[in-house]
Amino acid sequence: MIWQQLINGLMLGGIYVLIAVSFTLAIGILNFLNFSLPGLFMLGGVLTWALIGAGWHWSLAMLVALLAAAAVSLLVEQLSYKPMRNADPELPLVSSLGFLVLMENLVIVKWGSDQQSFPALIPDFNLRFGGLIIGTAQLISFLIAVGVVLWLSWFLKTTNTGRRLRAIAENRDTAEILGINLARLVPCVFVFSAVFTALGGILFALNYLQVSPFMGENIGFKGVAAMIVGGMGSIWGAIVGGLLIGLVEVLSIYFFGADVVNILVYGFLLLVLIVRPAGLLGRPISREKL
Amino acid sequence: MSGYQTGVLVFLAFNVIAAYSVYLPMAAGQLNLGIAGFMAIGAYTSAYLSNELGWSMLSSVPAGALASCLLATVVAVPVLRTHGIYLALATFALGQIIAAVFLNLEVVGAAAGYPVNEYVSPMVVVACAAGVVLLMVFLSRTRYGLYLTAIKNDATVTDLMGVNVRGMQISAFAIGAMVAGFGGALYGHHYSFIEAQHFNVLLSVFTVLYVLLGGTQTVLGPLVGAVFFTLLPEALRASDQWRYVIFAALIILMMLLRPQGLLTASLLRSLGGRKQGMQQ
Repeated sequence: MIWQQLINGLMLGGIYVLIAVSFTLAIGILNFLNFSLPGLFMLGGVLTWALIGAGWHWSLAMLVALLAAAAVSLLVEQLSYKPMRNADPELPLVSSLGFLVLMENLVIVKWGSDQQSFPALIPDFNLRFGGLIIGTAQLISFLIAVGVVLWLSWFLKTTNTGRRLRAIAENRDTAEILGINLARLVPCVFVFSAVFTALGGILFALNYLQVSPFMGENIGFKGVAAMIVGGMGSIWGAIVGGLLIGLVEVLSIYFFGADVVNILVYGFLLLVLIVRPAGLLGRPISREKL
Repeated sequence: MSGYQTGVLVFLAFNVIAAYSVYLPMAAGQLNLGIAGFMAIGAYTSAYLSNELGWSMLSSVPAGALASCLLATVVAVPVLRTHGIYLALATFALGQIIAAVFLNLEVVGAAAGYPVNEYVSPMVVVACAAGVVLLMVFLSRTRYGLYLTAIKNDATVTDLMGVNVRGMQISAFAIGAMVAGFGGALYGHHYSFIEAQHFNVLLSVFTVLYVLLGGTQTVLGPLVGAVFFTLLPEALRASDQWRYVIFAALIILMMLLRPQGLLTASLLRSLGGRKQGMQQ
């Protein structure tokens, strides 16, 4: 059933697309490889699980989880990005890694390090198309992921704020001279990327019915791979990269078993980095980013 | 010395060795996020040679370091085509691949882990760590150390000065990997057990943190960083669950307040100046 595997791969890829888009926003506009994003991915899933467990309605739980991720992301902006944006490139990267370790361990302190099972919110109803099975939860999350990313692409292309953000991506100093209010727009980027990645975490929990403090490390880092494969700083690249990584993962499980997933996914990443560092859809690097 | 103190000392020695394996490539401007993978190569190679082929530790541990060095030299040629953040991600991917390969290698126990027959005593480990520190201090005073700093500051100008930039970069990468493999080989022989899960991303990341927090301007920075950030969590052990939380908060604070690291060149100078003043 190779077609079935292709569909599963695309559905999983939808979640990688969300994470890859968050990374690509941060690096494309701000030149900041934000390693706190896998932590926010985890926070989205775990907080939703915890609040539903506390008896909240699922919609409210998700909303609060997204808001919390946005708030933490603003903290990252204040403490990691802002003071060090002109320093050595490693420093904000390391500082944002500090946030990842902090979030993981706070969650472990509060809820322990075990994997928790997430309640099935969407009734287990499968759609069948001539022998192919698509779960409703899968389909809904895939549509949400792709929809949100397409909306972002439209937003960056046509709205005034989007144009300003693209100007910052082109050249921050020139953008500032032209009167763009960086102090107001930069936090927007952090909120956007936090909401996307946390949404990815929630959709992952919905689909696979599990959350754990380490899901950011396991899943979120593959989002980085997706971003690179597609091309840093390109939204369409993130879409292509995310879907490709999802396909590689599912197909390698299908053909070789679950054990070799990391070898193939990261081998693919390494290959792309060596052969075509700009990624599949990225513009060739004229000057090094970050 | 109590068993606990010995344990902490050995842990510190391993962290110091690891920190210098990250420091040397970093001195040439390479951020290696896959150092745990090279530790795994050293650990598994030497353990296999000791266990299955009956080599003595005197030959199997150096062989582990050498294997790691060889692999690094081979992969350095394609990997060092990338720079900066791309290099960091390429080494990150490499570390993930190596760990995943060992996790599936049945010959060395795969996911169940691999027991090691020989045993290295704590004092030998500490002596080896001291040896690594001395070697690095020595390297930093040679022309080689100067070349690496020059490449970090401006590779083009260094090239124009007639230095073989590419060769230097590959050698820094490979020697760093060799030190990592050496540490890994000792690790396996000391704890008598290795598992692939130990050599994960976070091990690489924490090692990089020791170096950056200690400071990369001087050769003693990694030592200070490794000592400070090994002993600090131990001192905070009273609040067991919270120590990593506090550790992470400290990372963020340190980067905010003292991004150049604990030990800087100017700090060393001012300390030295005070000493001279007292002598007069």
